[in-house]
Amino acid sequence: MKVRDIALARSGDKGNRATLSVIAHDPKDYPLLERVLTIDRLQEHYRDVVRGAIQRYPLPHLGALQFVMNDALAGGVTRSLALDAHGKTLSAAVLDIELDGDPA
Amino acid sequence: MKPFRIGSGAGYSGDRIDPALDLAERGELDALVFECLAERTIALAQLRRSHDPQLGYDPLLKERMRAVLPACARQGFKIITNMGAAHPRAAGQAVLEIARELRLPGLRVAVVTGDDVLPWMREHDVPLLESDQTVRSLDGHLISANAYLGAEAMLPALQSGADVVITGRVADPALFLAPLMHHFGWKANDWQRLGQGIVVGHLLECAAQVSGGYIADPGHVDVPRLADVGFPLAEVQADGRAVITKLEGTGGRVDRLTCTAQLLYELEDPGRYLQPDVVADFSGVRLREEGPGRVAVEGATGHPRPDQLKVTLGYREGFIGEGQISYAGPGARARGELALAVLERRLELLGLDALEHRAEMIGVNAMHGPWLGVDREPYEVRVRLAVRTATRAQAELVGQEVEALYLNGPAGGGGVTQSLREVVAAASALIPREAIRTECHVLEL
Repeated sequence: MKVRDIALARSGDKGNRATLSVIAHDPKDYPLLERVLTIDRLQEHYRDVVRGAIQRYPLPHLGALQFVMNDALAGGVTRSLALDAHGKTLSAAVLDIELDGDPA
Repeated sequence: MKPFRIGSGAGYSGDRIDPALDLAERGELDALVFECLAERTIALAQLRRSHDPQLGYDPLLKERMRAVLPACARQGFKIITNMGAAHPRAAGQAVLEIARELRLPGLRVAVVTGDDVLPWMREHDVPLLESDQTVRSLDGHLISANAYLGAEAMLPALQSGADVVITGRVADPALFLAPLMHHFGWKANDWQRLGQGIVVGHLLECAAQVSGGYIADPGHVDVPRLADVGFPLAEVQADGRAVITKLEGTGGRVDRLTCTAQLLYELEDPGRYLQPDVVADFSGVRLREEGPGRVAVEGATGHPRPDQLKVTLGYREGFIGEGQISYAGPGARARGELALAVLERRLELLGLDALEHRAEMIGVNAMHGPWLGVDREPYEVRVRLAVRTATRAQAELVGQEVEALYLNGPAGGGGVTQSLREVVAAASALIPREAIRTECHVLEL
């Protein structure tokens, strides 16, 4: 089972930072997302893209996790050489993370 | 007190007009907001204005007004928009022109100015945010500097009884907060209600992104009639609680998932969403489905507003030259890799290899780098080379080198495209609130 089976994701941009929201379809799946989607796990998954630190904001009452990924947009939307300068497609990558082998 | 109905008519400068017209005609609205300014939109508009002093406002302003002004005049709802961009006064005149054309003589337009702080920024060498440089480092390249004004700056315009309020740079959610403050008489230090007004604005400011746009993933997140997606509106109570919904008969969906995705969109610390009018706190926001296509939002609050306002500076930063070519069938990836190696060598020979560049394959590593998807063999790839250059001539070489792969590169390359653009970049800084002087100009036919 992958994140895509229980959640959706959307990313956005703020300067040279990307925001990433992961939202459980069913709020009762939120604890699983919170266990698997640690800062370390995301830092590893996005290692070719995110050059800076990642912050995580757990929002259990919304069934959602919010991440801020620093230095993730190749200098920022307005000057980046990247095809997807906004980092809009970054959201899809988190959906590919495997949930099996959950530590709990 | 009956709820205030506020609609979202655009989430960006190029957004669709027909869903806005539908909202204007059938929404029984009290206000319709068009949010049309991205980070560097003003800098680009300023460049247009420097070529023609009558321009500098949103290119779709007249078309939008032609569509919605008749409903506005008939029903009496307010239109509020930042489509003034780099030239709000010219935008105001353009709206009057349309009113004249449509024979709507009583229409009043108010223009809010004061966001343009370029002279102040040139005189004060303040630090750039997210950088170790100061404003002076942009000397000679600076195009524009605009402070994010708040709802407070728009209140005189609403008090003047204007039907249409035109601004330049204002904080996006403040476009929605202003008519709520005006209608309900919320005080400028009522942090809780202002926070709730900001959450309503934030949910609406990207238009269809809260009502079924940008969320469909077939089989996982299905959206009914996406092609007919409707724009959203909020029914707001005097205490700030609100319901997000859309019109009957439109495509899309409004539910817990669409509202959560938009609530968190581009949000950093949910407890501290910095706005000119309030530091909004979304950490306790609750979303509750209260019927089909209706989501109640409550629990936002706020803290005292910041002493400084954010400024976006637009500046020229050279050129980007780019070329692309496709390879398909067996060995597509290997031929693409060979093409990239050829291009790297050509950059060296041209003396361009020290410039910042990206040489990558669309379909393999252009989005998320080499690691994700490394185990998947694509049927086709598209080689892409993009180089940041100081001059237009250097940038032209980039596309030419990709095109030369036709006769000089690996087998079977096709579909070359070349592009060149001048880079208008954006940086941010802070300005003390006292340095800003806002004005409201009322225009009438």
